[in-house]
Amino acid sequence: MAIFGPRANLFMNVALAGAGGSAIVLLLAIWVVPVMGYNTQQRFAPQQPIPFSHKHHVSGLGIDCRYCHTTVETSANAGMPSTAICMTCHSQIWTNAAMLAPDRKSLAENKPIHWTRVYGLPDYVFFDHSIHIAKGVGCTECHGPIGDMALTWKAQTLYMSWCLSCHRDPAPHLRPLDQVFNAHWHRTPSTPSGQTLMAEYHIHTRDLSDCGTCHR
Amino acid sequence: MNWMSRTLAISLTATLAACDNMANQPKLNPYELPYGSQAQWPATPPSHTIARDEPLRPLGPPPVTVALLERGQQRFNIYCAPCHGRFGDGNGMIVQRGFPLPPSYYSDALRNAPSQLFYDVITHGYGVMFSYADRVAPADRWAIVAYIRALQASADATVADVPPDKRSALR
Repeated sequence: MAIFGPRANLFMNVALAGAGGSAIVLLLAIWVVPVMGYNTQQRFAPQQPIPFSHKHHVSGLGIDCRYCHTTVETSANAGMPSTAICMTCHSQIWTNAAMLAPDRKSLAENKPIHWTRVYGLPDYVFFDHSIHIAKGVGCTECHGPIGDMALTWKAQTLYMSWCLSCHRDPAPHLRPLDQVFNAHWHRTPSTPSGQTLMAEYHIHTRDLSDCGTCHR
Repeated sequence: MNWMSRTLAISLTATLAACDNMANQPKLNPYELPYGSQAQWPATPPSHTIARDEPLRPLGPPPVTVALLERGQQRFNIYCAPCHGRFGDGNGMIVQRGFPLPPSYYSDALRNAPSQLFYDVITHGYGVMFSYADRVAPADRWAIVAYIRALQASADATVADVPPDKRSALR
């Protein structure tokens, strides 16, 4: 009686192929799945109660970001516009538009509109809009081409590696303070260099990648 | 048996709760209510109360400085210009899209109006204009009023009004 029967080769080959396949699947799971848009929700525009278009309001009408996101310069949270802010214009314009029905319902019932969050951070991260604004980080650095988005989609992964890439080397991401809210700003030859701006804003990278900067 | 299954359920819950790496913690975030809360959101402040950083008495107009005017110009362009236009003539982008035409700042009535009127209109609104008290802080309202005054003064200014050393900047 032979130790290895006629089918031993087949078992061995299947086992080897299985081991190789598992290794490939494991590597994909570690390196590819986390950066897939399906996982990070990057470029994904969740459904909203009102299909609000930043493209129309920002690029078309030229309304400043701060008209609606009123606390972005002073608070951690940028501030979602209250129904009254929408109604400042829409009590007179597009008053019968079907897509604004949730807005009118919100005003009539004195209940806020429940928007779907596009940029969610885990609770252990303490992000503050105001300090980024004050140090010359423009809206589009994190929110992508927000002024040209017909529906708001997530422009960045919000991974810690992405946060750190800027916290370790902020210079390329800085702009003059009067251009922070410009959704179409581009660096030109006359723009002060990132290093100049870092010195002007007193940004020191030594403390920027401390754990306690974002985690408390 | 009952005791065992309960222990198992509790330890399983604790184990599974740890799976989100503390991404969800029992802390209150803006626009987030604790699960199952029946609280009214957003909280409306009780009547006859003011915010912590709000001045007790209404602010009077501050002395006009260049910094105040620059702040006023910035706030005006954010909150007023969409309707009133960057020059205050009332022909802003929202008006071009169908909003009722606001009065121009250059009418005799508004040139002679007291500054308090502009402040009060920002605070309480007027006609189809909503109150901007929730968007423009009291100090910023005075900055905007100062800038509106500057706009009015600039309408019929001549080269003679510009200091001689600044005239070259006009060209």
